[in-house]
Amino acid sequence: MGIFDRLKSGLSRSSRALGENLGSIINRRRLDKETLQELEELLITSDLGLSASADIIANIAQKKIEGEVSEADVKEMLAAEITEKLAAQSGALNPDMHQPFVILMTGVNGAGKTTTIGKLAHKFQNEGKSVMLAAGDTFRAAAIEQLTIWGERANVPVVTTKQGGDAAGLAFDALQQAKTSATDILMIDTAGRLQSNNDLMAELEKIIRVLRKIDPDVPHASLLILDATTGQNALAQAEIFQKSAETSGIIMTKLDGTARGGVLVAIAERLNLPIHYIGVGETADDLLLFDAAIYARALVGLEDIS
Amino acid sequence: MFETLSENLEGIFDRLTGRGALSEKDVDAALQEVRKALLEADVALPVIKDFIASVKPAAVGANVLKSVKPGQQVIKIVHDQLVSMLGEAAPLSFEAVPPVPVMMVGLQGSGKTTSTAKIALRLKNEKKKVLMASLDTSRPAAMEQLRVLGEQIEVETLPIVDGQRPVSIAQRALDAGRLGGFDVVMLDTAGRTNADEALMAELAEIEKNANPKEVLLVADSLTGQEAVTIAEKFSQRVSLSGIVLTRTEGDGRGGAALSMRHVTGVPIKFLGTGEATDKIEAFDAQRIAGRILGMGDVVGLVEKAAETLDAEKAEKMAARMKKGQFTLEDMAEQLKQMQRMGGMAGVLSMLPGNLLGKKAKQLGNLGMDDKELIRQAAIVSSMTQAEKDNPKLLNASRKKRVAAGSGTQVQDVNKLVKMHRQMADMMKKMGKGGLSGMMGALNGTMGGTMGGNLPADLPSGNQMQDFDQLSKQLGGSSFSDPFAGAGSDPFAGAGKSGFPPKKK
Ligand SMILES: Nc1nc2c(ncn2[C@@H]2O[C@H](COP(=O)(O)OP(=O)(O)OP(=O)(O)O)[C@@H](O)[C@H]2O)c(=O)[nH]1
Ligand SMILES: [Mg+2]
Repeated sequence: MGIFDRLKSGLSRSSRALGENLGSIINRRRLDKETLQELEELLITSDLGLSASADIIANIAQKKIEGEVSEADVKEMLAAEITEKLAAQSGALNPDMHQPFVILMTGVNGAGKTTTIGKLAHKFQNEGKSVMLAAGDTFRAAAIEQLTIWGERANVPVVTTKQGGDAAGLAFDALQQAKTSATDILMIDTAGRLQSNNDLMAELEKIIRVLRKIDPDVPHASLLILDATTGQNALAQAEIFQKSAETSGIIMTKLDGTARGGVLVAIAERLNLPIHYIGVGETADDLLLFDAAIYARALVGLEDIS
Repeated sequence: MFETLSENLEGIFDRLTGRGALSEKDVDAALQEVRKALLEADVALPVIKDFIASVKPAAVGANVLKSVKPGQQVIKIVHDQLVSMLGEAAPLSFEAVPPVPVMMVGLQGSGKTTSTAKIALRLKNEKKKVLMASLDTSRPAAMEQLRVLGEQIEVETLPIVDGQRPVSIAQRALDAGRLGGFDVVMLDTAGRTNADEALMAELAEIEKNANPKEVLLVADSLTGQEAVTIAEKFSQRVSLSGIVLTRTEGDGRGGAALSMRHVTGVPIKFLGTGEATDKIEAFDAQRIAGRILGMGDVVGLVEKAAETLDAEKAEKMAARMKKGQFTLEDMAEQLKQMQRMGGMAGVLSMLPGNLLGKKAKQLGNLGMDDKELIRQAAIVSSMTQAEKDNPKLLNASRKKRVAAGSGTQVQDVNKLVKMHRQMADMMKKMGKGGLSGMMGALNGTMGGTMGGNLPADLPSGNQMQDFDQLSKQLGGSSFSDPFAGAGSDPFAGAGKSGFPPKKK
C-alpha cells in the first residue's frame, strides 16, 4: 500500500464525517454569515477548539468571496488555511545527527508511547540502523513485558530493570550501554503520567538530569505522544510536558479511529512544536510521516490528493 | 488558561443596571457564554445545543434574587440543569444467578484493565468472590498486566492459555466462574476503535455469548468532541449499562461526561481518580458539573489537600489547633503542603472563579510565587526548637541569626512572624469557619508575605457571603464548610476540625 492509500484508509474514516457534513451544508451556497457559522461549528467538532476555529473562519470571511461557491471550493479553502497553520510544524526526525540518537518518549497514560516505540524501532531497523530500547516504565503492571515483546518483534535489545525500579537509573544504564555498543538510536519508554501531577512530572525532569550526567546534549528528541481522541486538554498536556520534559516534537496516535485530532491546529498556534509522525493502527507498520497538507486535506474530506 | 464563565457572565450583566426578571435577550447573551464555556470543557457541540435548548425556558423570566448577581443566578440555573442531565450515580447490579458476568469495553488506552482491577477490588471488599479474565489477545502483555494486578489486589485471574479467541476465553471464564463458585466474573476486552467493523462485531459476539449483566463503557474523561460518536457507536453494538470515566484526577474539564451520558442515556457509575487500584469513586454529578462550568473544583481542592497531607501530622495539628495552638512548625508544615498542592497558583486555580477570578491572576502577577513559600520554609527551619514553639523569644539578635541562617533579611523574618500571628488567629476560627477560615488565613498569608501589597479588591467578607449564598443554592451545602459534606463520600465522616478524616 502506498502512503496515500494508507493515509486514506486511516484518515478517510476520520474525515468522512466532516466531508459528509460539509456536503450537506455547502451545495453551492453563498458564504454568508450563517454558512460561515456552520463551517466554524464543523471545525469545532473536529476538536480545533474555539480560537483556532474562529481564526480560520475569520480568514475565510476576510476574502470577501462574492457569489456562490461549491463544496469543493470550500474544502480547498479550509484545507489551505489549516495547512498554513500546520506547515511550519511538520518534519521528520533526523536521527543521523548524533550517535546514539536518544529519544525520550512521554505522554499521559494510554496515549500510545510503548506502541509507538515499537513502531519506530521497526522503522529504524528497516532503514538499517541499530536500535536499543529502554523499559523506563517501571510503574505500570507488565509495561516491561509489553516493551520486551516489541523489542523481540523488531529484533532489537531491550534494557530492563525490575518493576518498581528507578526509571532514571535505568535510563542512565541504557545510555551507557548504547554508547559502548555504538548503537545508532536509543529510545526510552516512560510511565504514563498526567501533566497535573507535579511529582511525576518532576520525575521526568530527573530522568533528563541523570541522562545529562553522561551527555549534556541528550535527549536529542523528547517526544510527546498525543491521543487523537483527546480534546482541549491536549493543549495543557503540550504546554506542561514542554516545560518539564523539554518536549521537542509530537506524535499523534489513533488517527485510525473516528477522531480527527484537530487540537493539533490549536497547539501549533500556541507552541512551536513539530509534529513528526501519526499512528494509524496497532501494528508495527501503522506509523506515517506527518504531512501538513495531506493531513489538512484528509481532515476536511478532500480525498483526491494530487 | 481560560477566562472563567463567571467572569464572562459578570461582563455581560455588568451592563445591566436594572434587576428583576431575566429577559430573553439577557439570557441569550448569557447562554452564548455558556456555550463557549461548555465547548472549552469539551462538551460535544450537538449535546450543547440540546442543553441550551433545555436551559433557556428555565432561565427566561426567572426572578433574580436580591442577594445574588444576575450572572450567578444564570450559573445556578445552568448548574442545576447540568446536574440533572448528568444524572444520578448508580450502583452495579448483581441481580442474576452467579457468577454474574461484567464486561468492560472501550477504545484503546481508555483504562479498561486498570478499571477492571479497581472494580474487582471494590467488589472483593464487599465480600464478593471475583474472577477476572483478560480477553485482550491483541495488545502485547495485556493478559500479563491483568494477572499482575490480580496478584496485587489478591483477586483471582483466569489462567492464560495462548491462542484462544476472545469468545472462547469468555466461555472458559464463565465455566471457571461456575465451577469455582465465584459471584462475579469480570471480562476485560481488548481496546478497539469504533471505526473497526470487525472488532466491533467481535464485541457483539462476546456479549451475545456471555450475556453480561453489566456492560461498562470505559472512557477517558479527557476525550474531546468525538465522545458522542464513541458513545453512540458502542451503544449501538452492545447494550451498555453504565459508563466509567477515567483520569478524572487531572486538570481536564470533563465535558465528555455530559456528552456520553446524554447520548447513551446510561448512568455514569464510576470515576477513576488515580493509577492505584483503590482510586475509584462513585460518580458525583455536583462535582463534575462544577468542573465543566469552570467554577473551580472545591471538592477537588479539598481532596488534593487530603492526598498530599501527611495524615498523621494533620491529625496532630488539628488536635492542637482545637486547643488554640498553632506553632511556627505547624505553619511551616502548611506552607509545605501548599507547595505539594502545586504551589500558590495550584491552590488558587482550584478555587471557584466567582471567588477569586481575575484577582487570582493579579496575585500571580504580583510574584506571589512558590519561591516565597520555599524561603519561608527555610526561615522556619533555621530557628531553634524553642523559638519555633514560642516565637516571642525571637529578639533582634535571634532574628539576625535566623535571617543569616536562611539566607534572608531580618525584615523577612519579621514578616513571617507577623504572618504566623495572623494565621494562628485565623486558625482558631477555622474550626467553625471552614473554607472562609482558610481563605482568611490565605489572605493573611498574602498580606504578610507581601507586606500589604495586596490588591484592594481581594475577596472581602462580603463577597464571601455572596458566594456562600450562591453555593447554598447550588449544592445545598455551604462552601464555607467544605469538609462537612461537600457531597462526595471521602469526606462524609469529616470531623469539625476542618480536616478530612485520617486516611487508611
Ligand atoms: N487504533 C490505534 N491504537 C493504538 C495506536 N497507538 C497505540 N494504540 C493502542 O493504544 C493502547 C495503549 O497503547 P500503549 O502503547 O500501551 O500506550 P502507553 O502510552 O504506553 O500506555 P501506558 O504505558 O499504559 O501509559 C494499546 O492498546 C495500543 O495498541 C494507534 O495509532 N491506533
Ligand atoms: Mg507504556
